Amino acid sequence: MNPLAACLLVSALLFAVGLAGALTRRSAILVLAGIELMLNAANLNFIAFWRFGTHPEALTGILFVIFAIAVAAAEAAVGLALILAIYRHARTSDVSEITEMKG
Amino acid sequence: MNYIRVFYEVPPLPWILRYLWLIPALPIFAAGISALLPKAKRRLSATLAIGSMSGSLVLAIAALVHAIAEPARQVVNFPWMQFGAQWVSLGWLLDPLAAVMLVMVTFVGLLIFIYSLGYMAHDDNFTRFFCFLSLFAGAMLGVVIANSLLLLFMCWEVVGLTSYLLIGFWFHRPAAAAAAVKAFIVTRVGDLGLLLGMVWLYAQTGTLLFYNNGAGCLESSAVAAMGAHLTAAGMAVSTAIGLLIFCGAVGKSGQVPLHVWLPDAMEGPTPVSALIHAATMVAAGVYLMARVYPLLDHTTLAVIAWVGAITAFFAACIAVAQNDIKRILAYSTVSQLGYMMLGLGVGGVAVGIFHLITHAFFKSLLFLGAGSVIHGCTEEQDIRNMGGLRRFMPVTFVTYAAAMLALCGFPLFAGFWSKDAILEHAHAWSLSLGPYYLGAIGALLTAFYMTRQMYYVFFGPQRIAEAAPLESPRPPEQCVILHPHESPSVMTIPLTILAVFAVFLGFVGTPAWPWFQSFLSATPLAFSMHAFMEPGLIALMLYSSLLVFAGLLLGWWFYGRKPITRATDPDALGRRIPVIFGALAHRLYVDEFYKYTVLLLARFVSALSAFLDRWIFGGVVNLVSWIVTGLGWFDSGVDRFVVNGGFDLGCRELSVGGRLVASLQNGRVQTYLRVIAGALVVFAALLLWGHRG
Repeated sequence: MNPLAACLLVSALLFAVGLAGALTRRSAILVLAGIELMLNAANLNFIAFWRFGTHPEALTGILFVIFAIAVAAAEAAVGLALILAIYRHARTSDVSEITEMKG
Repeated sequence: MNYIRVFYEVPPLPWILRYLWLIPALPIFAAGISALLPKAKRRLSATLAIGSMSGSLVLAIAALVHAIAEPARQVVNFPWMQFGAQWVSLGWLLDPLAAVMLVMVTFVGLLIFIYSLGYMAHDDNFTRFFCFLSLFAGAMLGVVIANSLLLLFMCWEVVGLTSYLLIGFWFHRPAAAAAAVKAFIVTRVGDLGLLLGMVWLYAQTGTLLFYNNGAGCLESSAVAAMGAHLTAAGMAVSTAIGLLIFCGAVGKSGQVPLHVWLPDAMEGPTPVSALIHAATMVAAGVYLMARVYPLLDHTTLAVIAWVGAITAFFAACIAVAQNDIKRILAYSTVSQLGYMMLGLGVGGVAVGIFHLITHAFFKSLLFLGAGSVIHGCTEEQDIRNMGGLRRFMPVTFVTYAAAMLALCGFPLFAGFWSKDAILEHAHAWSLSLGPYYLGAIGALLTAFYMTRQMYYVFFGPQRIAEAAPLESPRPPEQCVILHPHESPSVMTIPLTILAVFAVFLGFVGTPAWPWFQSFLSATPLAFSMHAFMEPGLIALMLYSSLLVFAGLLLGWWFYGRKPITRATDPDALGRRIPVIFGALAHRLYVDEFYKYTVLLLARFVSALSAFLDRWIFGGVVNLVSWIVTGLGWFDSGVDRFVVNGGFDLGCRELSVGGRLVASLQNGRVQTYLRVIAGALVVFAALLLWGHRG
């Protein structure tokens, strides 16, 4: 097994864990955490493809990931703020009970 | 046609003619107000009735004075209603015939109104009574002044209606209600003839006005045209029309064979019997024939004379065996109406109307006297339960005796002159002496049954105490008087006034001074005692007087010789000839005859009609309705299950689909994520293996 495949396997496992967490957890915060895991699995893929790709000397992969982490931080802040607002409104953070947005 | 122009066409129309319509209008107006009054306004209602009648009497006397001064007939016509191109005109007329009738009706009517104050004093429906009486009087006066057969017919029918209402005044008594219906239906049979005659007359002449400056249906041109025109059976049209109009008179005036309603009409209050069923309404038939006299030819007059003579004789026979005081008088009225018709048929208008006028006075007096007797004896009507009332009711007795002698035709009393004139003309009649003999025997019977009644009611011992009180129309607490008593003066004063006329009225038409006859027929009048010297006249008068004396004597022989002591004693005449007397007591079974012929036929026809109606016509109607209902069900089924079902199915499918789609968006964020994850897996699978196969 070459290092790229190992990295991709790790990131796939990480993605699977994140997806499982996002799909099964009731708490909105844990769902958000699952989403972060999946995001970071993607980041890991970026790094892996950059490091073991054809031009490791150009800093494209790391730059992309740094941006992605910065955006993810902002996104997490917005997500947490939304969860807080929903909690204030509905007195719960259980996503299976927050169904008011349905058509 | 210009209303105003016609109304004032003849410039100096005398005021009495212009306002003649007020004579019937006043009582009708009073009736209208009375109808709106509450039940408790007894005094006001009686005042209105009597006041309006007094006003009419004053106007009627003015009309009579005018007619004496100006005996030519005067008419006022006005257009009433247009149909097609033709105007139907109505109008009123004043001639001697109408004038004497007006005075008679208003005068007798007024006295009977006053009498009713006493007679009806205890009745709850006093107000209604006076309302009906006023309506009757107005309509009767309308009959008298009508110058159009149509107007006369309308008033005639109103008169019939009030007769019905007043016979059934005590409608809670089944007998009264039945009598009212009987009177109404039997007179309707005659009125059908009158209506047909009227329609035919209109078809022939194009007008129903009696007199209209030469264009009326009773004037010479129209009558000549009708006399020349023959019907299919070879009879002149005027004869046919005259006979049809006579049908109406037969019904209204109780002539055989339609006399059956009049005795039953005695169920009404006694003033009603006096006014309507003795003095005025029943005489309206005679008046009608007198009015259309120009139309009548020899055939019609012969029929009238025979019917009158048969009625006079037939009713007098039945009166012999009756026991109800009013029923005797009713048959006597039928009989006297027969005399009037006989007089009209054989001697002309004046003879018939003279008897009508005298009869109105003495017969209403008899009825009012009978009412006084009934009132004094606590609603007792059976003469067998009276007796000896002479001592208790002197005024009633004397006036009743005067009227009874006038009715019998006792010499010099009013009835003597009028009845004698009829018999004299019947004797001189060219066609047959039959009516004369029938009338003469009728006169004997009249004297006989009136004597019988007098002895039963006024002579002998008092029998009222032993009799059980009959069914009384008034509640028992008002019948507290146990012994007979004289009536109050409000009742006896009209009796006295009428009695004066019953005695002396005949002197206006004696053979020596025939003022009445010359007034009616517009011939010159001369006083001459030589009229009595005409051949045969004195002999005839003697014969008829002898008949009257014979009748009185026979009456005395049977009923006066030995006083009638007990109410249960069999009738003195009935003991001698029980079979004939029994048949007479049952009114010669005329009612039974009608019951088993006319009524049976009517029942059969009505049963047949009911059968046809229920099963044939009703069956067709029901069949149609069933078909329509079935079609409706079918239509509704198609609508409900095919059209609506299709729509419903489509809608349900649409709604299920909508719900299915809607469930995708259930608001659970993890469901969405699952779908995304699933899609991702499918995507990934396609990327991995898709390009291979």
